[in-house]
Amino acid sequence: MEFKTFVFYFLSTVLVYASLRVVTLRNPVHAALHLVLAFFSASGVWILLQAEFLAIALVLVYVGAVMVLFLFVVMMLDINLDRLREGFWSYLPLGAIVALLMVAEMSLVIWATSSDLFDHDVAQTAAGYSNVQAVARLLFTQYVYPFVLASVILLVAMVAAVALTLRGKRLSKSVSPAQQVFVKSKDRVRVLQMPSEKRE
Amino acid sequence: MTLAEMQFVPPDLYPVSAEIFLLSMACLILIVDLFVRDKKNTLSFVLTQLTLMGAALVTVFTSARLLSLLIAVVLGPEAATDLTPRFVEALGIPVGDEITYTFSKMYVDDLMGDLLKLMLYLTVMLVLFYSRAYLLDRAQMAKSEYYTLTLFATLGMMVMISANNLVTVYIGIELLSLSLYALVALNRDSISATEAAMKYFVLGALASGLLLYGMSMIYGATGSLEISAIAERLFNGQANKTILGFGVVFLVSGIAFKLGVVPFHMWIPDVYHGAPTPVTLFIASAPKLAAFAIVIRVLVNGLIVVSQDWQAMLLILAVLSMAVGNFAAIAQTNLKRMLAYSAISHMGFMLLGMVTGVVGGDARYALNAYSSSMFYVITYVLTSAGTFGMILLLSRSGFESDEISDFAGLNKRSPWFAAVMMMMMFSMAGVPFFVGFFAKFSVLQAVVAAGYLWLAIAAVFFSLVGAYYYLRVVKVMYFDPPANKAPIAAPMNARILMSANGLAVALLGIFPQTLMSLCAFSLLRSL
Repeated sequence: MEFKTFVFYFLSTVLVYASLRVVTLRNPVHAALHLVLAFFSASGVWILLQAEFLAIALVLVYVGAVMVLFLFVVMMLDINLDRLREGFWSYLPLGAIVALLMVAEMSLVIWATSSDLFDHDVAQTAAGYSNVQAVARLLFTQYVYPFVLASVILLVAMVAAVALTLRGKRLSKSVSPAQQVFVKSKDRVRVLQMPSEKRE
Repeated sequence: MTLAEMQFVPPDLYPVSAEIFLLSMACLILIVDLFVRDKKNTLSFVLTQLTLMGAALVTVFTSARLLSLLIAVVLGPEAATDLTPRFVEALGIPVGDEITYTFSKMYVDDLMGDLLKLMLYLTVMLVLFYSRAYLLDRAQMAKSEYYTLTLFATLGMMVMISANNLVTVYIGIELLSLSLYALVALNRDSISATEAAMKYFVLGALASGLLLYGMSMIYGATGSLEISAIAERLFNGQANKTILGFGVVFLVSGIAFKLGVVPFHMWIPDVYHGAPTPVTLFIASAPKLAAFAIVIRVLVNGLIVVSQDWQAMLLILAVLSMAVGNFAAIAQTNLKRMLAYSAISHMGFMLLGMVTGVVGGDARYALNAYSSSMFYVITYVLTSAGTFGMILLLSRSGFESDEISDFAGLNKRSPWFAAVMMMMMFSMAGVPFFVGFFAKFSVLQAVVAAGYLWLAIAAVFFSLVGAYYYLRVVKVMYFDPPANKAPIAAPMNARILMSANGLAVALLGIFPQTLMSLCAFSLLRSL
């Protein structure tokens, strides 16, 4: 067995295992971490297919940004898991039928259209050919106008986020230590002069 | 030829100079705003208005064809042939083809785009002047982001107007929509504004999905994203008809959503009603110009070969919009909501011109039909800006003046503004000798010329239904006793502009010929 084949099977096993754990684990944080592992393994498979740009994008965008955000949300929100799991058994028969139908439809389509799907080799590119370079070349020449405008869209998103969430000065009460040390006894105790009164 | 061997020609930035200027100024205002502590944001406001004015100047003085057209309109055609070469020489404007492309044909610069952009700057400036007092009265709305987001939205519309590639079309729409979502939600303590923003955002994302799906199918069918190349390949018959048909359906649905025509109109009443009135004014005016440009660019320039398909779809959309918009508007008590339904019916009416461009493969009437649509949309934007501006003019801090009953007895409080509002309402209803009448008339002329007599009768019928609720506003202003007698607190510049806006609606109704021939001429030079 070629080393490349071994790497493929190794990555695929990890991918299948991680994906299964995503749906079976009870703890949402663990499930999210397994999803990160699944994405990472999938990007490895893509590298084997010489699609390194997709692989890098998957790791940077999904693992680096989306999943971190997702973990934040899962940790910050108190999700009641028991309520989510309610009625699992009553939904199971319908869910299973839908899933089986989808599998059947998918296999029919694959059977009918491409019986020779698995006979093809992956198109090999010349040594030294870089996907990233090819994408970049197009992005910075032919597509430079929409590329710059996409950056303007990101700027708008930032401006909008600041405009919608920044509340200016904090409204909560806080202590300033710098002013606290200058406090004098006079500021704390007020001595009142009162004439004494007689009982009647 | 591999990619590495491909020679890259640096793009010609000259036609794009207005966009570059606007973007740089928007970024500058963002930075300047950090260092200026001013609750009234006067500097941002002034800079934004100057930016729009500057962009208008840049647009005029970088385009020889627009310059000569404007001189011809103001001083007559002899002056244009005489003066234009001198101006062109003095300013060093390159005299190129009628239609210039740049950025690998992503961007197109033509007379229609120039004219629509000029109207766009004018509308946005009007919107900002009307909104100023309203924003100052309300502390939660007095944010300088209102001005910068408006500028970014304007940039998005400019990109849409000059798009010659489906990618650019999409990016322009997203830039506009994203700024609009944020603007609608800008008053975040208002529950109705937040709800409107959420609805707009979710439905807008759905529409973008439809649009992208359609674009990807058209790419699959023709093998190109460039609008002129798509047209060429369709003309040569090098396209997969089935996929193309599906693509056109999705594309028309996406555009229909952005135009807000039935059955993709659900967001319009809620967003118009829930959004703060200055933002409603903005949404109800300028984006209609850009949406019209998109219809011309994508459907007419790109997909004219399959015009039978999209004309049939637009026909259904137009008739449904006129029916639903006019009948639903009758039941409204809130003026903003009523105007929202009226916007739906007006967009339906505008689409009638697009429907009748090509009859049985004969494009003889196309120019007439499309220019009547363009005239309709420009005059609608002008009138719509005036009516929403009037709501802003009558509002004070703590009082919105957006119910129809708030206009009761306006004649007693201010006869002049009651008269201006009456002109706007008459124009929207299509009463003769106001500009709305000529807009409707020219569209109907195109419809009858194309042989759709039943369609013209239906359009007139629905317009008559519409006249009821416009005239009801006039009746409330003139014959109902005033509910509050407080004097109008609007600043002088908004009053002067409102008067000018009303007079424009009246004068364009008496002399519609100039604007009408401008529209026809610009489309003639661009299609």
